[in-house]
Amino acid sequence: MTEEKKISREELLATGENIKAQYNFLVFITAVDYPERNVIGMVYHLRSLGNRDTLIIKIDLPREKPEIASVAGIWPAAEWHEREVFDLFGVNFLGHPDLRRILLPPDWEGSPLRKDYTKPGVIKRPETIK
Amino acid sequence: MDLAQDVFRYVEKMPGGNLILTTTDSLFNWAKANSLWYLLFGLKCCAIEMMAAGASRYDLDRLGLMFRASPRQTDLMIVAGTVTAKMAPRIRTLWEQMAEPRYVIAMGSCAITGGAFFYDSYAAIKGVDEVIPVDVYIPGCPPRPEALIEGILKLQEKIKKESLTKR
Ligand code: SF4
Repeated sequence: MTEEKKISREELLATGENIKAQYNFLVFITAVDYPERNVIGMVYHLRSLGNRDTLIIKIDLPREKPEIASVAGIWPAAEWHEREVFDLFGVNFLGHPDLRRILLPPDWEGSPLRKDYTKPGVIKRPETIK
Repeated sequence: MDLAQDVFRYVEKMPGGNLILTTTDSLFNWAKANSLWYLLFGLKCCAIEMMAAGASRYDLDRLGLMFRASPRQTDLMIVAGTVTAKMAPRIRTLWEQMAEPRYVIAMGSCAITGGAFFYDSYAAIKGVDEVIPVDVYIPGCPPRPEALIEGILKLQEKIKKESLTKR
C-alpha cells in the first residue's frame, strides 16, 4: 500500500520520530523545483520492511530560503541524500552532521537542478531539436 | 611471423641514403605501434564496449594492447565515455602522468563532442579535446568493438609514420 502525506516543515521531525519504528527504511530523499508556485518541494520516500508499505512525505519550502531540519538522526541513510539535495537544489539542512557538496566539485557555484539555473557554456536546446 | 624476420623486413625496405636513422625510426615505430598499453579509462557506457573489445571475443591482446591500471605504464588513453566538469582536471593529471610518447583515443560521441549531453548540460564537457589533445576519434554511441579496433589500427598507421626527430 502506498500512502502520501503532505505536512509542513515544522512537523517533520516529530512525524519522523513517530513513524520510524514502522517505516524503518528510507528509500530516498529528493526535491522538485516549482518556480511558478515559488516552492521547492521536498520528497521523502519511506518503506516499511515489515509489511512493505510505502509512505511518501511531501513538504513545500519557500524558494528564497529553503531550510528544513535534517532527518539524518532518524534515518542514517538520509545523510548523503540530504547532501545531494543540498548540492543540486541549495536546500539547507539544519543539524546535518556534514553538509558539503557530494557530486559537484567543491568550488561549484549555484544549484544546477533549479529551473532558472544558468551557467556560461551551457548550450540551450533549440526548439527544432526534440 | 618470426620476430627477427619482421624487423628485417622493415630494414630491407629502406631506400638508400640516411640508412641508420630511418632504420631506427621504423624499428622504434614498429615497437611502439605494436605494444600500445592502454590506460583503464572507462567513464561511462562506452567502457562496456571497451571491455568487450579487450575480452576474449575481440581480444585486443593480439594487437599488443594490454590494459594497465597506472598511467605511468601506459602509452595510450582510451577515453570511453562522458567527460564531466569534475572529471576533466583528473583526466588532465592522468594524461600528464603518462610517459611520452602518449596517444589519446576519444571513443564515442560523448568523448568527441559531449554527445547526448551537448544541450542543456551543466556538467558535461563538450569533448575531451578541450582538455587533452586527441589522436583518433571514434564516432558511435557506443562504437562497436570493431570500430574501436579500426580506430586502433588507424592509430598504429599514424605511429608508423612518425619520426624520432619530429612528431
Ligand atoms: S557515446 Fe553513448 S555509449 Fe558512449 S558514453 Fe556517451 S552515451 Fe554512453
